[in-house]
Amino acid sequence: MLQRARHWCQGHAALLQAAPLALVLALFFVLPLLATAVVSLWDYTEYSLVPDVTARNYREMFEGCASLTLCTTFRTYLSTLKLCLLVWVFTLTIGFTVAYFLAFMVRTEAMRTVLFLLCTAPFLTSNVIRMISWIPLLGREGVANRALQSLGIVSQPVEWLLFSEFSVVLAFVHLYTLFVTVPVFNSLMRIDRRLLEAARDAGATGWQTLWHVVVPLAKPGIVIGSIFVIVLVMGDFVTIGVMGGQQIASVGKVIQVQMSYLQFPAAAAQAMVLLALVLGMIVALTKLVDIRREL
Amino acid sequence: MNVRSTPHEEPKMSTDLSRRGLLLGTAAAAATLAAPAVHAQGAIVLRYCGTAVNQHSGIKEKVKEDLGITLEYMPVTSDDVVRRAVTQPNSFDILDAEYWMLKKIIPSGNLVGMDANRITMFQDITPVFTKGEIAGRKIGDQGTAPRKVSYLPSREARSFSATPTQWLTLIPTVYNADTLGIRPDKINRPIDSWAELLNPEFKGKASILNIPSIGIMDAAMAIEASGRHKYADKGNMTRAEIDITMRIMTEAKRAGQFRAFWKDFNESVNLMASGETVIQSMWSPAVTKVRSMGVPCIYQPLKEGYRAWAAGFGLPKTLTGRKLEATYDFINWFLSGWAGAFLNRQGYYSAVLSTAQAKMQPYEWDFWMLGKPAAQDIKAPDGTVLEKAGSIRDGGSYEARMGAVACWNAVMDENDYMVRKWNEFIAA
Repeated sequence: MLQRARHWCQGHAALLQAAPLALVLALFFVLPLLATAVVSLWDYTEYSLVPDVTARNYREMFEGCASLTLCTTFRTYLSTLKLCLLVWVFTLTIGFTVAYFLAFMVRTEAMRTVLFLLCTAPFLTSNVIRMISWIPLLGREGVANRALQSLGIVSQPVEWLLFSEFSVVLAFVHLYTLFVTVPVFNSLMRIDRRLLEAARDAGATGWQTLWHVVVPLAKPGIVIGSIFVIVLVMGDFVTIGVMGGQQIASVGKVIQVQMSYLQFPAAAAQAMVLLALVLGMIVALTKLVDIRREL
Repeated sequence: MNVRSTPHEEPKMSTDLSRRGLLLGTAAAAATLAAPAVHAQGAIVLRYCGTAVNQHSGIKEKVKEDLGITLEYMPVTSDDVVRRAVTQPNSFDILDAEYWMLKKIIPSGNLVGMDANRITMFQDITPVFTKGEIAGRKIGDQGTAPRKVSYLPSREARSFSATPTQWLTLIPTVYNADTLGIRPDKINRPIDSWAELLNPEFKGKASILNIPSIGIMDAAMAIEASGRHKYADKGNMTRAEIDITMRIMTEAKRAGQFRAFWKDFNESVNLMASGETVIQSMWSPAVTKVRSMGVPCIYQPLKEGYRAWAAGFGLPKTLTGRKLEATYDFINWFLSGWAGAFLNRQGYYSAVLSTAQAKMQPYEWDFWMLGKPAAQDIKAPDGTVLEKAGSIRDGGSYEARMGAVACWNAVMDENDYMVRKWNEFIAA
């Protein structure tokens, strides 16, 4: 009896080893997700959820979307996607540059560690504080406007510095660049330096080496960083709310408003659509590079 | 302990007047009988769920001292008060809710009626709540006026009674009249109408709150003042009216009228103090806060009147035994003066004025409630100077301010639709 049990265990060792994680994921990831999917089909009133199978939430979400003018949902998604794209471009450019500098330009290992830690230092403060600290800087009577006015560059305060798409993108880039820097840096450090020498020996210019050797080899880091940034920005409502003066639409904000008005099924439907979109984007990104192989 | 016979059915008196008379009689009797509940079996902890308005450590300490009851504050946003009351009625022992929330909470059956006979001071509660009038004059009734949602036909009812009964939904604790805050140093001319909120003169310097159910009422006040639409009830718009309101607001937003929308107290203070906005919807203590930072700010009375709100204590259906007794004791204590004075000193209003007056200095009462110039410096409960001697409260006396209420914070019948339209407005 005992022997047979031991035999079974040996045969299924891999399964048993994976079981704890699978259990945790099933309990805290798959189950809530299924619940959200189910609730998105429910009906609701002011004060209660009504178990049902109705398309009401999805129908109301896309109400008016067939006409030529943009409906709220499309407009909201467009606004969110636009912010996401801008933030992605900037974080990628800055994050890659910083990582490149750290990996290839800094000569000693000690210096590299010091500089890398310096990059992460701002993360010792709260996310919210780093975001809010931009407000006194960018405001109508803020530091930036005072400086511009005293230098005679502008005569009237510049209004678009704060509560605008500019300030939202600025705050996001500030908050999330490190999420690109770290994985890209990690990828760059794994590149065999002899490849760079070979490229130079073969007559490649600096830019050619960068484009044809470094960037392809840094792809896993770039993709991982991009996934971080896209997922964080698509689901955000705090930064967009605070830096955009609550005037810029975002999907996260819509969900939050619906939740606070007890419209859980509508929020669940909205969340399912957002999830599908973000998953689609991630699938597209992972098509570019086989992350599992690269890791 | 419970020696009174409390009839658990609606009193069947023929007229309103005699029913109220009965209530007065029984309430007075209850006052003598209800006195000290026994707390010998160990300290009682009451989990107190509500917005942070009333949840002050000063009140908590005084309750501990006077009643031996420990309050455990659970400060949440007003949206979360509703959400908790509807979805987790076991998570609190006493609910500090606003009257407009009742339209969502009562149908869920999670709050039960409070026995008026157990409330010592019931007959002394200001007529603003019981009759919708002040000093014999009717006040604005639009929206979810407390008078409309104060009574239940029976203890476990899920709908309201239009006439007074023995069963109360909430016992009022605190209320106020809201208006626009302005920066007089940046505007330099008198402001006397809600219409100014949409005046292009303040393009890029105006703000309203991004809490749909309250924001739309401020919008309606401004739109009605500008003569573009006359609402039958600003607190209960038809779909067509919601469309009109949001169309006008969207136009204004696209034209750049608003600098930002605010969602919480501190955001409104920062917008005003930093000069980002010069005119915006605001809460009274936020104006006080801006002023205490040395920035001139006025809580401007407007000719169309105020948008009022009111909060009160409610009982969850799960409450029984000693905790229920303790809750009644706490509520009676709250109306007995100390807490009222505490709230009045912050610029709010308390439900029973006579007891609060007894606990305030005459000069404080004159300033806060009678609208007279301050005879000496006016201090907050924590000792900071709020107003210098000689200053007058914006809007004047209690009667002048509460008497000029135009509408009450509300939940509309078309609330779902309104929230969708508001999301559209934010996205526009």
